[in-house]
Amino acid sequence: MESFVSLNLGLARPEIFLAVASLALLVLGAWGGDRSTRLIGWASVASLVIAIALTATDGAAGLAFNGLFVADAFAAFAKIVAFGAAAVAIIVALDQMARDGVVRFELPLLMLLASLGMALMISANDLIALYVGLELQSLALYVVAAIRRDTVKSTEAGLKYFVLGALSSGMLLYGSSLIYGFSGSTSFETLAAALAGEPSLGLIVGLVFLCAGLAFKISAVPFHMWTPDVYEGAPTPITAFFAAAPKVAAMALFARVLIGPFGEMDDQWRQIIVVVAVLSMILGAVAAIAQKNIKRLMAYSSIGNVGYALVGLAAGTAAGINGLLLYMAIYVVMTIGAFAVIMAMRRQGQGVEEISDLAGLSQSQRGLAVALAIFMFSMAGIPPLAGFFGKFFVFNAAIAAGLYGLAVIGVLTSVVSAFYYIRIVKVMFFDPATTPFDRVPGTLRAVLIASVVVISFGFLAGGPVIELSTAAADSLFAG
Amino acid sequence: MNIDVAIVALPLLGALIVGLGNRRLGDHAAQYITSGLMLLAMVLSWIVFFDVTGSGVARTTEIFTWFETGTFRAAWAVRIDQLSAVMLIVVNTVSAMVHVYSIGYMHHDKSVPRFMAYLTLFTFCMLMLVTADNFIQMFFGWEGVGLSSYLLIGFWFDRPSANAAAIKAFLVNRVGDFGFALGIMGVFLVFGTVEFKPVFDAVLTGNVPPSFDFLGYQVPTLEALCLLLFIGAMGKSAQLFLHTWLPDAMEGPTPVSALIHAATMVTAGVFMVCRLSPMFEYAPIAKDVVTIVGASTAFFAATIGLTQNDIKRVIAYSTCSQLGYMFFAAGVGAYGAAMFHLFTHAFFKALLFLCAGSVIHAMSGEQDMRKMGGIYKLIPITYGLMWIGNLALAGVGIPGVYGFAGFYSKDSILESAFAAHSGVGMYAFWLGIIGAVMTAFYSWRLIYLTFHNQPRASHEVMHHVHESPWVMLAPLFVLAAGALGAGIIWYESFVGHHMAEFWGQAVHFAATNHVPHEAHNVPLWVKLIPLFAGLTGIALASYAYMVQKGLPAAVAGALRPLYLLSYNKWYFDEIYDALFVRPALVLGRFLWKGGDGAIVDGAINGFAWLTGDYLAKRFARLQTGYVYHYAFVMLIGIVALVTWYIFAFGK
Repeated sequence: MESFVSLNLGLARPEIFLAVASLALLVLGAWGGDRSTRLIGWASVASLVIAIALTATDGAAGLAFNGLFVADAFAAFAKIVAFGAAAVAIIVALDQMARDGVVRFELPLLMLLASLGMALMISANDLIALYVGLELQSLALYVVAAIRRDTVKSTEAGLKYFVLGALSSGMLLYGSSLIYGFSGSTSFETLAAALAGEPSLGLIVGLVFLCAGLAFKISAVPFHMWTPDVYEGAPTPITAFFAAAPKVAAMALFARVLIGPFGEMDDQWRQIIVVVAVLSMILGAVAAIAQKNIKRLMAYSSIGNVGYALVGLAAGTAAGINGLLLYMAIYVVMTIGAFAVIMAMRRQGQGVEEISDLAGLSQSQRGLAVALAIFMFSMAGIPPLAGFFGKFFVFNAAIAAGLYGLAVIGVLTSVVSAFYYIRIVKVMFFDPATTPFDRVPGTLRAVLIASVVVISFGFLAGGPVIELSTAAADSLFAG
Repeated sequence: MNIDVAIVALPLLGALIVGLGNRRLGDHAAQYITSGLMLLAMVLSWIVFFDVTGSGVARTTEIFTWFETGTFRAAWAVRIDQLSAVMLIVVNTVSAMVHVYSIGYMHHDKSVPRFMAYLTLFTFCMLMLVTADNFIQMFFGWEGVGLSSYLLIGFWFDRPSANAAAIKAFLVNRVGDFGFALGIMGVFLVFGTVEFKPVFDAVLTGNVPPSFDFLGYQVPTLEALCLLLFIGAMGKSAQLFLHTWLPDAMEGPTPVSALIHAATMVTAGVFMVCRLSPMFEYAPIAKDVVTIVGASTAFFAATIGLTQNDIKRVIAYSTCSQLGYMFFAAGVGAYGAAMFHLFTHAFFKALLFLCAGSVIHAMSGEQDMRKMGGIYKLIPITYGLMWIGNLALAGVGIPGVYGFAGFYSKDSILESAFAAHSGVGMYAFWLGIIGAVMTAFYSWRLIYLTFHNQPRASHEVMHHVHESPWVMLAPLFVLAAGALGAGIIWYESFVGHHMAEFWGQAVHFAATNHVPHEAHNVPLWVKLIPLFAGLTGIALASYAYMVQKGLPAAVAGALRPLYLLSYNKWYFDEIYDALFVRPALVLGRFLWKGGDGAIVDGAINGFAWLTGDYLAKRFARLQTGYVYHYAFVMLIGIVALVTWYIFAFGK
């Protein structure tokens, strides 16, 4: 132990700010009730924006809370993406939930707390800190999934998520205890030192359980089963939130754990990641074909996308982590954009979510159809849209790391997934028109336009982003 | 804009205006625009011709760089020297005449603007070819004329035979072009450039590796390059083995046959060999091959011409045969003679074709000579012009006084072949003499069958026979003037005593090449025998078709195998069909049905079925909605992973 009192609170300024802000807003909510929902909502968004600013301006790296917390470029990049996604999700959720008549001041607060949990996960530098951050995020999400407690679907989704999440937490904790038992430490710093040399079987089993727990959070196969049901059951804006920010945090955590303390054991964990990535890519590509509900389709799409991001992790190199970060950042924008279109699918105020409801959209609402087409083409990996570059970077890293089979499977499954992405385009542009949707509200319009611009023209300004993500990936390997 | 560039640009302009304007312009505008521009280009080319051959100064105008990567550089350029100037007047004069002629000939057609645009496009490509200063631009022009030729042969695309002929021409040319392309690649490989000047300089300074390694064999550099390039020439100029497309190309409208398949495009091969004379001069084996192929073609095509019944096919085989003469002249090193014959032949062969077109026009589209006859009084002008063309082709003249165009050029070719004093030279000389007899024979056979004796056409057709309008006849007079005067006027320049001044640096003769000089010092009998051969052929034809009219049938019966061999064109089409076409079709059908249909499509459909119908539904069914099922899957997953690790690392 180098220093007993090394709190270094300054390094955790964004997290501390978010914690204080959420508590203050909670008091406000308790006092003002549901009438203050809008105020709390926009205050939450403002808090996230300030947190982003704090993260972005403070370039200092180091350990805080006696080594439980780490701040580095990697954490900063992942946090900015997660916070940004959360902020957008809160904005659209406020608007959309109000349309459904659900006005609860808890919703933005819970999302804010979940964001805090994500930040702690991303910066976790200890198995205990990892667990605390994870649970803070998860508990908030369980409640958010069931926010429409008057509908069966929403409560069922929340309950399923909670029960299976508890199981995964158990696995994670069991794995952590095994690791602690066989290495004598929970700190990532000391673990890394303790794990040098021939790893023991107990440690490997602990690692497997730990990975299983994390794989659940990113909904990688075979720990994905909750995803389609929860995505379908939760209210659409909540699903959009689930599909974006928590995935980034969990993926960042996954990368930090495997590259940091278990970096020496990469031969061992790579096998898990490869298997999980291959299964996710295949299942994500194939199972989505049979889906009729667009939210379930997006669930499988996110499973597949997680598989592609894991390809970057499997490479285990700085280039691979760079690919993973870029992939997740691009994925978040595409996902939010696609969900914004799904949220716009309303007839007489009622949301519809069948793929067939999109038929002939190009005739009634051309802008909406073009936007979704751009997202779908981007997800299918068609250049010059951003999705292509995400795939390009992870596959490139896999090739450089010698994982040819993985890259080939990745390319093949993206061909398969192109089928269902482009089928949506076909439905919108070539099928006979049905009743048009309601007018798209301004907030969604803004989100859609922003996402379309980023996805379509992002490659023009990709240089600085890639510089940032490269620095972030390198920082993970520096320690 | 400089006049050289204008010559090339005017046809392009015409092709663009008329091609893009097409039906909006209307027939008349299309005809007058293209013909007007071509007449202007013709006048300019004559100016340039007299300028260059008078001053003897060659020049190159570089328009802009086409591409440049490393040392691989090619520019769009207009290279004007004596060689390209000769080609300019040939191409533009014949082209302008054919344009004007087409105004009359094609006036019934449904798509006149398209026809005129194709013709002008062809002219542009041909000019690009002849004015190139590098191999790449030459190849561009080469392929461009191939394309225009394809389009024009298949101009009447509603006729299956025209489409088949167009495809055949394109494919057979592909064989030659493959050789040409390989030759160009080889040139770049050896010389590191594709521009003529540096390549020629390297050859002339002896700066060429004598051989290069190919699959372990030492291949003599220049011989290999020249042979590859000559394969390209064989394809374009319809030489033996690659000649089969030319007779079929007669499916195109007759003005096309006159311009492309007689006067200009088919002579591109001869032009190429002359243009590359600095290379061929130092590749003796390649030159011998050129001589042998040329002489064989001259003989072989003439034998077929004896028995054909389609008026255009007779002239087509005659063209093929005359191209053979040009090639063997170039092969023995008499480039001047080759170019001279190219020059005169362009006039009289275009004249013959356009006369044939006039006859066909008069006979309501009939091309079979067996259904003609007895029309010389009805179309006397065409008849007279046809005589001029044939006299020029047969090479008739009075030595020392006057001769038709072919008299000078063919004589100088045969004299050069004799003067080569080599085995292949004598081979070419004697086949050339026999060919000359046959040439004269089939030419007069054509005249007698077409114009004389009893009419064999139906009464109705005979009733319609009429002389062509003046817009068709006027170009014939211009060409006839060429057939009458081109020989005597330019003899001294092309092959005579002023040869050295005339050609300047455009054509290269090696120090060892004495053929052009020796050709003037051959024995008297060699000088007279070509004329004698021509007169013999005319006499034989006159006897067989005017006096003893049963004779042709009797001879055909007596020499039936020979007759059939000639009549069936030496069975080349049948042999190629069996050797190449059928196996290719069988292979293609196999790859299509078996390879593409069963394997490729089958694999794709099977994979789609597997993923879309089979796996996707099964995966979706896994999603039961029961939490305990989901938990079970997670546990199975972790058990599998742990088991795997225990077995992999537990030892």
